[in-house]
Amino acid sequence: MPAKTILSRPVYGTLSPQTGKNHLFVADAEGASAILDLAKKAPDGFFAGAHIMFIPETSRSQFQAPLRALKPAQFYEGPSIAAALPRLRQTLANAHMGLRIYLAGTEGLIGQAMQVALEAGIDHSSIQTEHRGSWARRVQCVHCKGITENVTTQPATCAHCGLLLLVRDHYSRRLAAFQGVCINAEDPSEIPQKEEIFR
Amino acid sequence: MGINFRKETFRDDFTFRNSPEFIRRFPFPFHEDAYMYAVNIEPHVQGPKGTVFENLIDVDEHYVSEMQDRAKVLAEDPLRCQSLPHMTLAGWDLLELLMTEQAKGYPEHFTLTRDGDRWRWINRPLGIDDTFTFGDLSTLPYGPMEYITRQSQGDFCILDQRDGNLWMDAGMVTTQADWSLDFDIGMNFFEWHAPVPLAHEKGIFTRALKFLTNIQQGKPARRLNWTMTINPRLDTSPENYHKWGPDRTTVTPDNVGDKVHLRVELQSFWRLPRSNALVFPIRCYLIKMEELVTVPKWARRFHRVLRDLPNELVEYKGLTRYRPAVIEWLSKYDDGAPTSPGFTPD
Repeated sequence: MPAKTILSRPVYGTLSPQTGKNHLFVADAEGASAILDLAKKAPDGFFAGAHIMFIPETSRSQFQAPLRALKPAQFYEGPSIAAALPRLRQTLANAHMGLRIYLAGTEGLIGQAMQVALEAGIDHSSIQTEHRGSWARRVQCVHCKGITENVTTQPATCAHCGLLLLVRDHYSRRLAAFQGVCINAEDPSEIPQKEEIFR
Repeated sequence: MGINFRKETFRDDFTFRNSPEFIRRFPFPFHEDAYMYAVNIEPHVQGPKGTVFENLIDVDEHYVSEMQDRAKVLAEDPLRCQSLPHMTLAGWDLLELLMTEQAKGYPEHFTLTRDGDRWRWINRPLGIDDTFTFGDLSTLPYGPMEYITRQSQGDFCILDQRDGNLWMDAGMVTTQADWSLDFDIGMNFFEWHAPVPLAHEKGIFTRALKFLTNIQQGKPARRLNWTMTINPRLDTSPENYHKWGPDRTTVTPDNVGDKVHLRVELQSFWRLPRSNALVFPIRCYLIKMEELVTVPKWARRFHRVLRDLPNELVEYKGLTRYRPAVIEWLSKYDDGAPTSPGFTPD
């Protein structure tokens, strides 16, 4: 976990079984291992009311069998975060009181699933989160408003307008993105070297 | 009678300037020869004639030109004005506040007539005469917040109060000192202030939040904040930073007086009656260095403040490139004489 920097920067915890009738898990890649760790602490029958949405990403096929072995009421495997979001929206729209939400994996996964939950009227502080895997960032370019996914460098090039962006720690839950601000606005001839720092 | 509204620009040819009596009423923000963050909040009560506190919502000679500049910003980027769905009632509250205060302070320029929910608003400087039904969105050309803040100087943030915190849930922000409403909307008090250096560690925001959440209706409060701007540009948004940022490299010893501006924000805080939201008008005042030094006390004091400013603040306020040139220029107006306490000219 990187040192806590500024107060808008999300802080992640450790998933633990909550009291509730239904449990919705959304995870990508190594996020699956957070669900498996939670399962060791969960009471009998916990997963009978669970829905697991899993996006394997770089983890390929190592987690699907252990997740299925938890025998969740519903199991979904999606090809990408974007592809999974409509299903998540639908699930939350039809959810009842007593649903608990658990998000695990990359910051991009946690952030985008949280964004959908916020839009469904769920308070962010009631959602369990645990970071596993990549620290790559989603970055909103403050200039053109385009969002660049999987940013690993500082500075980074905006995939939309091409400006060279300083990736700040300032984070918006509503946008599920960090803020990118032109790093050489004052003197465009200054071109700082990119460093791979969000891994 | 009335204010003589200047025709001027805040972009391109930058014809903005202050007339001599408006220099004297400038809200100079330093009460001593040094500056550090503090919770410098005081009651927002009316002050003497000839100050910006003469009326609680101040209208000045730049009104018409500032409203024209705002219209241009919004045409280029409508995301500068946003309101989350639960904030409409607070928008009506704000409309009432601004119409009432402007009509009370400047009856020759603004008139509000109410007949139950049927209201007539006359804004003579902008040539507006509208009759509408208070609370009925279909009777105004914009939402209530946007409608009235297109006719009121300063940026406006409307903060929802819940869970012991304040949430930036609506705003009209076109004259900001480098922060983005589009990015910060929906954040709580600590989150949107997260990038500010030093102040968190000093407990400033914890104390400020406690104060603000207790503000009562009819008892507004205020504070001053400041930064500097090259050219009299109102729209120093992060959105357009790549367009105005290069201005910071254009300061030379010969143009400091005309190009470099002290930018002061008069921030006031008001409880709104129906929504229980807080509105936070952030009114921007600009003064050129050559205008500032016509008040000898301000020249001496600003020279000392700028010279001794902590590095974190120099960096955060974006002064790094041109600060040495400005200090050098101001030093000619500082003979080392003591300055009197307080903000006002001697």
